Amino acid sequence: MKKRFILVTLALAGAIALSGCGGGSKSAKKVSGKILTIEMGPEVESIDPALNTTNDGANYLTYLFDNLLRTDKDGKVVPSLAQKYEVSDDGLTWTFHLRDGLKWSDGSDFTANDFVYSWQRMVDPDVAAPYAETVLGMVEGYDEAIGKPDENGNQTTTPDITKLRVEAPDDKTFVVHMSHPTPYFDKLATFPALSPVKKDVVEAKPDGWTLDPKTYISTGPFKLAEWKSGSYLMLEKNENYWNKDAVKLDGIKCLLMGDQNAAFSAYEAGDALMIKDIPTQEITTLQKRPDYRLDPQIGTYFIDLNNTLDEFKDAKVRQALSLALDRKYISETITAGTYTPAKGFVPAGVVDWDGSSWYDHLTDPSVYINVDDYQGNLAKAKELLKEAGHENGAGLPTIVYSTNDQSYHKKIAEYLQQVWGELGVKVEVNIVEWKSFTPQRRSGNYQAARDGWVMDYNDPSNILQLTSTGNGNNSSKYSNPEYDALLEKAANEADPQTRFGYFHQAEEMLMRDMGVTPLLYYNEMYLQSDKIKDSYHTTDGIWHFEYADIAE
Amino acid sequence: MLKYIIKRLIFGIATIFVVSTLTFFLMQQVPGGPFAADKSISKAAQKALEVKYGLDKPITVQYLNYFKNALHGDFGISIKQRGRDVAQIISSKFPVSARVGGISIILSLLVGVPLGSVAALNRGKILDRLIIVFATLGIAVPSFVICTILMYILGVKLELLPTYGLTSPLHYIMPVLALSFYPTAYIARQMRSSMLDVLGQDYMRTARAKGLSENVILFKHALRNAILPIVTYMGPLVAYTLVGSFVVEKIFTIPGLGGEFVSSVINQDYTVIMGTTIFLASLIIVMNVLVDIAYTVIDPRIKLK
Repeated sequence: MKKRFILVTLALAGAIALSGCGGGSKSAKKVSGKILTIEMGPEVESIDPALNTTNDGANYLTYLFDNLLRTDKDGKVVPSLAQKYEVSDDGLTWTFHLRDGLKWSDGSDFTANDFVYSWQRMVDPDVAAPYAETVLGMVEGYDEAIGKPDENGNQTTTPDITKLRVEAPDDKTFVVHMSHPTPYFDKLATFPALSPVKKDVVEAKPDGWTLDPKTYISTGPFKLAEWKSGSYLMLEKNENYWNKDAVKLDGIKCLLMGDQNAAFSAYEAGDALMIKDIPTQEITTLQKRPDYRLDPQIGTYFIDLNNTLDEFKDAKVRQALSLALDRKYISETITAGTYTPAKGFVPAGVVDWDGSSWYDHLTDPSVYINVDDYQGNLAKAKELLKEAGHENGAGLPTIVYSTNDQSYHKKIAEYLQQVWGELGVKVEVNIVEWKSFTPQRRSGNYQAARDGWVMDYNDPSNILQLTSTGNGNNSSKYSNPEYDALLEKAANEADPQTRFGYFHQAEEMLMRDMGVTPLLYYNEMYLQSDKIKDSYHTTDGIWHFEYADIAE
Repeated sequence: MLKYIIKRLIFGIATIFVVSTLTFFLMQQVPGGPFAADKSISKAAQKALEVKYGLDKPITVQYLNYFKNALHGDFGISIKQRGRDVAQIISSKFPVSARVGGISIILSLLVGVPLGSVAALNRGKILDRLIIVFATLGIAVPSFVICTILMYILGVKLELLPTYGLTSPLHYIMPVLALSFYPTAYIARQMRSSMLDVLGQDYMRTARAKGLSENVILFKHALRNAILPIVTYMGPLVAYTLVGSFVVEKIFTIPGLGGEFVSSVINQDYTVIMGTTIFLASLIIVMNVLVDIAYTVIDPRIKLK
């Protein structure tokens, strides 16, 4: 009897424990009306503009926050919170004039001082914003603001964020002082990281303000209604947005999935109208569908040949190995058309000083790769290898090509093994776990490696600096003082056309030396139902749904 | 028995200590670290992050700090999910996994035990063969395959069930089925063999000789003895199932602890790795003690000392 009692008690305790787990979810505000459901990735790390590092996060922030400027459907930078702006003749002072009557999503007034607070917060070492240097490193006083770190990142002075030269002479004017001309700063001003955040809510809960819709006060077309960690982000229309009449949706539901098959099922079942994670193995079938979209991304997939090693010191060897690659074949056959063959290091989507394509302004097109003439390239490759004294690979060691095993990396590695093998160069493929791969590559502890770069903003400096001496991301260890000098000149040049001239010279120099081996340009693949109207995708990786509509 | 339980709990605490110490030092040996990113961030930014999370201090200091705080119930804040603390992550995600897991444990017991018993009683017959085929399938087929098949047929093709989330009872059907497939099969197999074993025992012959009814023999004598191995299996099963399955949670987009477990390791989110590890270790220890207690209830021959 006693034992039966214990057994029953145990069972009851278990049942209570389980049922106690039920309920509990706080009643979140229901958003109703026209709601667009999309999927862009798994649980988002942070929706604090200063802390986000991911592309999916940048998209959500684009809906939640507004910025000084925005990108329109033609990729042009247009006024947003700022009605207009001017740049001084020396390119060092940027003055933004804010719109009248701007409000936060809670209805309180928005002023230029909110920008001063947000940008100074961005550089605060205590906030530790990963992109601070990328977006604000060129602003005067940046070094003092972060405490003048030495080579190892240790502060040598006490950080003083008020040293960052951003000012609000009045409530509607915001002035930024640069330490050197930054003609692409208009593009940076569209960057989600530079969105203004509200001082009182952030200071009340510096780490947790983004978790609760009540303290998540924003300025964008939408505001946060609910964040169900691991499930979805629910955004609802912000009635206090200055341009709310242009916003047609009542809400956007961002599914936090990340699993390709789960996302695809949700899409096929009609639950989501746009998904970014599509099953790789389905791509060849999906390509035939009208809702499969492929948009260019400004990024390059390239190969690093460790320039410090004896076998790769000769530019002819690097040239030969590059020319032996049939980029069209890799693009069309290996990657099923999801990548575009690369002619040079700068991605095809980069715009020149006058807004036309970068590749319309080449001064010496002969140094670029002619992707349409593989047989010619191959013959040249053999010729160059012979000139370098390595006919049929004689005298070259076995090359270990390191890559992580994701998407098409391994297939491309096998391709290299085959074509370089035909030149007489033996290749061994070394698959490295992702977390170890990048540090290993950056430290130069490899022979040949896969690499890639998706640009942070549409300005060639962002990718060309990768091959400058001492850059933290210079994995190929290409080092050419003339190249560095050209980039330095460009950095101090206020005239856009002259500045871009330096960039073109620099890239041509890089191509002659084949400091890195460009292979492909990245594209963005996704499924989007034609029910979504008036949305657009820009090369900075943002799907603009803020002014979109759903057709019935 | 109380003495036994206290002894077990003391050993349990020692085990947790060893497990967490090993985890603490091993996870720091993995190259990369929580701030390793696709693009290298500046040294200053890297440093600022390390200072913020106390990772700039020597590892022994970090270790002592961690345990000092943990003993005060402070398991730290997540490094990757900025603004969330570890206790909050576990307490919000565990109930979700536990609900799905709890239902599937009950389901697998309700199905697995009768299935195994029926197979044993019909040994060699067609029914037995069918059950063996099912049980083998259940053990051999990985859960992601089951999830995908369920999802494809019930969710996408027939559109009977929702494919993601956990917002209504209907949402539970597929994840629970997927999660209970393996334990059901395992329990059925285990039950079949232990039932066969028990049926051949002398006391079964005695019971029959006494003229007891077949029902009494089966339910009172056979089942009760045959179920002991299942009880042993319940300890780890309950612990592992309640904390959730990464695969099932990912495929059905369930915001549970299972996903947290794996993604914390992938992201090298040190504090979350520690928190979830300690949580699972504690759960396993508690479950094992409960299993031991359950033994004494079911089998009077077992005494706990």
